[in-house]
Amino acid sequence: MEYNQRKLLFEPIVDNNPITLQILGICSALAVTTKLAPAITMSIALTAVLVGSSVIISLIRQHMPSSIRIIIQMTIIASLVIVVDEVLKAFAWELSKQLSVFVGLIITNCIVLGRAEAFASKNPPWPSFLDALGHGLGYSLILVSVATIRELLGSGSLLGVQLLPLVEDGGWYVPNGLMLLAPGAFFIIGLMIWGLRTWRTQQVERAEYRIRVVHRTDAG
Amino acid sequence: MEHYLSLLFKAVFVENLALAFFLGMCTFLAISKRISTAIGLGVAVIVVQSITVPVNAVIHQYLLQDGALAWLGLGELDLSFLGLITYIGVIAAMVQILEMTLDRYFPALYQALGIFLPLITVNCAILGGSLFMVERGYDIAESSVYGFGSGLGWALALVLLAGIREKLKYSDVPDGLQGLGITFISTGLMAMAFMSFSGIQL
Repeated sequence: MEYNQRKLLFEPIVDNNPITLQILGICSALAVTTKLAPAITMSIALTAVLVGSSVIISLIRQHMPSSIRIIIQMTIIASLVIVVDEVLKAFAWELSKQLSVFVGLIITNCIVLGRAEAFASKNPPWPSFLDALGHGLGYSLILVSVATIRELLGSGSLLGVQLLPLVEDGGWYVPNGLMLLAPGAFFIIGLMIWGLRTWRTQQVERAEYRIRVVHRTDAG
Repeated sequence: MEHYLSLLFKAVFVENLALAFFLGMCTFLAISKRISTAIGLGVAVIVVQSITVPVNAVIHQYLLQDGALAWLGLGELDLSFLGLITYIGVIAAMVQILEMTLDRYFPALYQALGIFLPLITVNCAILGGSLFMVERGYDIAESSVYGFGSGLGWALALVLLAGIREKLKYSDVPDGLQGLGITFISTGLMAMAFMSFSGIQL
């Protein structure tokens, strides 16, 4: 079978983005994005787990009985997440505290299981690797952009470096507290989806109902 | 008693799993198109959450915690790194057992909830509930209350959003916002409304 490697790697980044189009893995995209540093850590952690699990599952795909494949996939993913969690605790204790339960929740991140089920369990390791990497990058792109907007507007800094001088420190920027709260995350992702779909109009969903003016014929 | 009431109130409104911690968002957005299906999934989540959080609390306290195996004479053992894989295993097993029990003894309920139960294994609200229980160190009574409360809060948010989306069908939404976009923005507004509960102490 021939695989279009470029398509496998780059399609999930904009055209078939896991977050904005496939509605997968949204929980962590909203929760860890108040600051840029945890968002980057989370992106790396998720991409590592995704690539690892896809390659492993793809390697053993012909030996997996289909009736118990979900539980095997969950076990592989959970083991990889434990490894990532322990590595984070050992080398980046502060960040691991900030991410709190969300590293553990990579287990139930639908992107990981979704890719394992939809792609890796049917395809050889190399295409699975590219596909997983592409989805990981698509996820990271959204996460990093949301975190950049939220940290810059919410606290006037990026990666902890103060870029916009705050009013309370004698500067001019009044921080927008909404950005740091839960609703701000929903609004930013909503607006990003709007922007993306205005640019790529083929991603627009069809409305279930259209309101239109119906002309009545006077004779009838 | 008051302590438990305030814990319940906090779990339902102030620290709503869906609106304050964004847990279970995938299912939250996918299954909130109709109120009837939302109620079905909501009830299933309440049931599973009220069972799995206390069960995981027992396992954490008597098997995994640092020094928890002292009753076996293995006091120096710390198995807490096995937490993640154990909790997800317990959740998957519980869902399976619940599915079989309902099928055998309550066929009507099984018909109503059956299709949602497998979805729940991968719902991060369920695993999240157990992980928060561990992180905050709830004891067994507290975790039963927390499990029920957090499930109820999630179900409440889901049914409310389904109500909004049923009405939204008739509104004239800009093309790019159609579907997912407008759902995010309405959820954001709902999360803002729920924020007004914060700071309330019972």
